[in-house]
Amino acid sequence: MILVVDLNWKKDSLAFNEFVMPITSIIRPFEKCEVKHFSEIAPEDLDVYKKVVLSGTALKDHTTLKQLGKFNWIKTLDQPLLGICAGMQTISLVFGEHLTSCLQIGMAEISTLKENPLFQENFKAYTLHNFSVKPCQTFETLAESTKCIQAIKHKQKSIYGVLFHPEVRNQEIIQRFIKLIY
Amino acid sequence: MRLGVLFSGGKDSTLALHLAAEKEEIACLITVISKNKESYMFHTPNIDATSLQAEALGLPLISIITEGRKEEELADLEKAIAEAKSRFQIEGVVTGAVESVYQASRVQRICNGLNIWCFNPLWKHDQKTLLETLLKRHFHVIISGIFAYPLDEKWLGKQIDEQVIAQLVNLQNQYGISPSGEGGEIETTVLDAPMFKQKIEIIDYMVEAKENCGVYIIKQARLAAK
Repeated sequence: MILVVDLNWKKDSLAFNEFVMPITSIIRPFEKCEVKHFSEIAPEDLDVYKKVVLSGTALKDHTTLKQLGKFNWIKTLDQPLLGICAGMQTISLVFGEHLTSCLQIGMAEISTLKENPLFQENFKAYTLHNFSVKPCQTFETLAESTKCIQAIKHKQKSIYGVLFHPEVRNQEIIQRFIKLIY
Repeated sequence: MRLGVLFSGGKDSTLALHLAAEKEEIACLITVISKNKESYMFHTPNIDATSLQAEALGLPLISIITEGRKEEELADLEKAIAEAKSRFQIEGVVTGAVESVYQASRVQRICNGLNIWCFNPLWKHDQKTLLETLLKRHFHVIISGIFAYPLDEKWLGKQIDEQVIAQLVNLQNQYGISPSGEGGEIETTVLDAPMFKQKIEIIDYMVEAKENCGVYIIKQARLAAK
């Protein structure tokens, strides 16, 4: 069972169809999945899930970046985690790292900097973000656009972040994460 | 949250309106009428019917006409959304975008510039499921434009029902046509839907068709009790 965490500003929001449903549609042919809003996560309930995906949000929605206390469970999570867009930003802040302003809307060229199991070489991806992350000690940079860091991995843990939206273009990245052996 | 819906009067923007209305408050509809028949953003055959549809819905309509030159029509869309923001205090915009990154990212940029939200409640949804949703929700939708082989004049004016959906899915398998017309293969006009307080009755229409391109133009229509 895969857990998809809805990072939108409220449960059952108008943005659910846009940022959560496309992810569950990609996962369901391969694995069962369950959706919970970030406000409903209890760390003791996470053991039943094989992997966790954090959704993106609407461009103006920065709710989770101000509610990091709801995400302390990420630090102790043993299973692989993939954060998409706001999900990646949230992961970085939870580990004490910093964001940097970077507005990108639409298709962008992504360059892979480090070999990884999710993607390779250069590819085009759909972007929709106001912030990226700064290079840091906790995460290694896996990919970048001409403007900012586009993908990261925790140096010790199986925690990934992508700033672009693989549920829109490059859906195979989510499939590879689902199949990832750790 | 008060929202304006980018409204063409077709099935996608009308379904997006219904989904948005279940979650937030709809303050107005926004329509851009493009004089350019090739417009990637706005052209639909019965765009003039949007005023009657807005009346049927009981929602105010902001309607602007654009010459339809590529970047100018985006500036015109921005003006229309800005007007909706100032007249109806909208905090966000809803679109019926399903697959088009071209359309979605342009509206996202405009909304970002105006500091308002942008929602795409049909984004990436399965196209056959979207058509079936229209039936489940008792939408009365007709095909008002055909723009791809092997579609022909016989399709124009057809109501989208189970049989039509099955035929469109067959064409997808045989010819790669998007069943919901996401590639511009078909255009639709909504005559009735749950939020319509009155339905639209067509009094007179005209069909213009040549080979695999054609339109069903509503020349005269009226509101009727449901």
